[in-house]
Amino acid sequence: MALETLIESLPSLLDGLIVTLLLTAVGILLGTTLGVVLAAGRSYASRPIAYLILIYEKVLRGIPLLVLFFLIYFGFPQIGINLDAFTAAVLGLGLRSSAYQAQIYRGAINSIPEGQIHAAFSLGMSKLKAIRHVIIPQMLRLSIPGWSNEFTILLKDTSLAFGIGVIELMRQGRYIQVRDSSLVLIVFLLIALIYFILVFSANRIMRVVEKKYQMAGYQAEAHR
Amino acid sequence: MAADFAQFFLNSLPDLFNGLGYTLLLTFISITAGFFLGISLALGRVYGNKIVNGFCVGYIELIRGTPLLVQLFIIYFGLPSIGIIFTPIQAALLGLSLNSAAYQAEYLRGAIQSVESGQMSAARSLGMNKLQSIGHVILPQALRISIPAWSNEFIYLLQYSSIAYIIQVAELTAEGKFIAAHTFRYLEVFAMIAVIYLVLTIVSTEIIDRIAKRLSIPGIGAAKQVSLREG
Amino acid sequence: MAMLEVKDIYKSYGKVPILKGVSFTMEKEETKVIIGPSGTGKSTLLRCINQLSPPDKGQVWLDGEEITNPKTNINKMREKIGFVFQDFNLFNHLTALRNVSIGLEKVKKIEKDAAQKRALQELTRVGLEAQVGQYPAQLSGGQKQRVGIARALAMDPDVILFDEPTSALDPELIGDVLDVMKSLCGKVAMLVVTHEMGFARNVADEIIFMEGGIIVEQGSPKEMFTNAKMARTKEFLGRIGALYGEDETGG
Repeated sequence: MALETLIESLPSLLDGLIVTLLLTAVGILLGTTLGVVLAAGRSYASRPIAYLILIYEKVLRGIPLLVLFFLIYFGFPQIGINLDAFTAAVLGLGLRSSAYQAQIYRGAINSIPEGQIHAAFSLGMSKLKAIRHVIIPQMLRLSIPGWSNEFTILLKDTSLAFGIGVIELMRQGRYIQVRDSSLVLIVFLLIALIYFILVFSANRIMRVVEKKYQMAGYQAEAHR
Repeated sequence: MAADFAQFFLNSLPDLFNGLGYTLLLTFISITAGFFLGISLALGRVYGNKIVNGFCVGYIELIRGTPLLVQLFIIYFGLPSIGIIFTPIQAALLGLSLNSAAYQAEYLRGAIQSVESGQMSAARSLGMNKLQSIGHVILPQALRISIPAWSNEFIYLLQYSSIAYIIQVAELTAEGKFIAAHTFRYLEVFAMIAVIYLVLTIVSTEIIDRIAKRLSIPGIGAAKQVSLREG
Repeated sequence: MAMLEVKDIYKSYGKVPILKGVSFTMEKEETKVIIGPSGTGKSTLLRCINQLSPPDKGQVWLDGEEITNPKTNINKMREKIGFVFQDFNLFNHLTALRNVSIGLEKVKKIEKDAAQKRALQELTRVGLEAQVGQYPAQLSGGQKQRVGIARALAMDPDVILFDEPTSALDPELIGDVLDVMKSLCGKVAMLVVTHEMGFARNVADEIIFMEGGIIVEQGSPKEMFTNAKMARTKEFLGRIGALYGEDETGG
């Protein structure tokens, strides 16, 4: 009987999984795009702009994600910005991730020796060419471990969207629990397993990517 | 308007302080419990036999591979179905500690391995046994090296303890939600909460930095990590 | 008109003056060696010439164009000035072959195949045809520096500036690099900052002795080594001779 309920509930878990994956995909896309721009801004833009970016990063890294969600979802309507729960969650995930990712990219840029730019200049490359052909390819390679770390964090953090009512994996789990409370342990263990498989596969895939783009002998600094 | 807000802020303070107390309690107890469990796991990984090592790896990977919220749900909602019942605060403390242990174990393992080989040989050549070598030579260095990572872990717990709100612990975020729901002043309340967390984050980073400086030995663990979060 | 003309260069870092009015000229295919104690601004001088560190005062002319003029397209000029770095500065993310071809591809806009063919020629010229597919971290110091030289050569420069090209190398690897440099003599103009006295003595058309940010004396190797006019030159050469004996590395 309980088993039947469990099997009947599986499609709803799949629905939840899809929402979780959507949150992850859109969130990481926003975080990466914004993160690269912020990192470039801090390294190459004028002082006041770089300073503003620094403050943005500090603030977003200093606020718990759940509070950020509440601020966006419950607080913003007070100033006329009404977002549905999913959009609010994606925005929160993306903004917070951008603050962490900016640090990854800036760290990568800073770890590229100045001599690389000098060598590019000595061949007659302009600043833009040097950034494009020398700095960015190296920066991206150096950022892979940090980025994949950030990806799995964001994937796990999507579970907090539960707190503002997004119907993702955790929320679907709660619905099943409400329908049949005897299933609660097995359902959340199952959800844990789903997350574990997602995180595990993401790590595996990123490790392959990392290997493929590794600069031979030039060990990217992994923060794990 | 400003006076109104000031009044509102003052009225909210007692509740917020209550919540803050729980937040700090969660953070301090979990980081401490997580530290001792984490050290055991790290030593198990480096020095344990195959079975011990396998167990430690399994534990660490399972915890790091799943969201904290799932862990809390399993402890708070799941375990009662097999007769193990916790109060919200107990469940939160247990969940945060078990979670933090896995992350701390990984920092510590990295640190231990980075000082391991030569230092261990030197200690053993003086006639220390393995346990003495670990206690007197390896750990004093490894712990210093892992201070920056540990500082990140502290901030992580401080922030993620807010998740305990979801299992009804009356910590800072929960108090904020409570006040907001009764006054409909969501923006002000959550902005206040955000500022409190921000200040806590900045102040604790600063304090740990100072401790690290006081404890530092020339040449050991100078490099501050760039990445702040571990996945 | 000289090919390269350096006129009265001044350069300070903060308040510390490094170069205090340096002038000299170079002809096509000439080999000039700059010697002198450490910290006398030799490397800074090279960096002032290709504007990696623009001088505070003074002019640099190449083929009748003033490099130091802000209106000059500095990137165009740098194509004509090869630079070989003390610490190689090979591009870490590229193979030896691509390190040599990237300037041809991206700056000179030569088609990829042709650029790589040319790169292969240059790598063969420095004896590294077997290492084309390797990344910088897989090469020895001597091999890295020869890739660095090939990278500079591939651009067909008028002059190549060598900034202590062997000082980061283990002694047994220096010879290979000096041999390559010697083989370039008379084919391209070279301005070499080095402590290798054997090389200076046997290969240079002219030696410049710098100390304290100025040129103390310049002349042919024979004049400088046997008949230096200035006491400071004599003292320096005496000291370095005592240090290295009758050093004939690369001689």
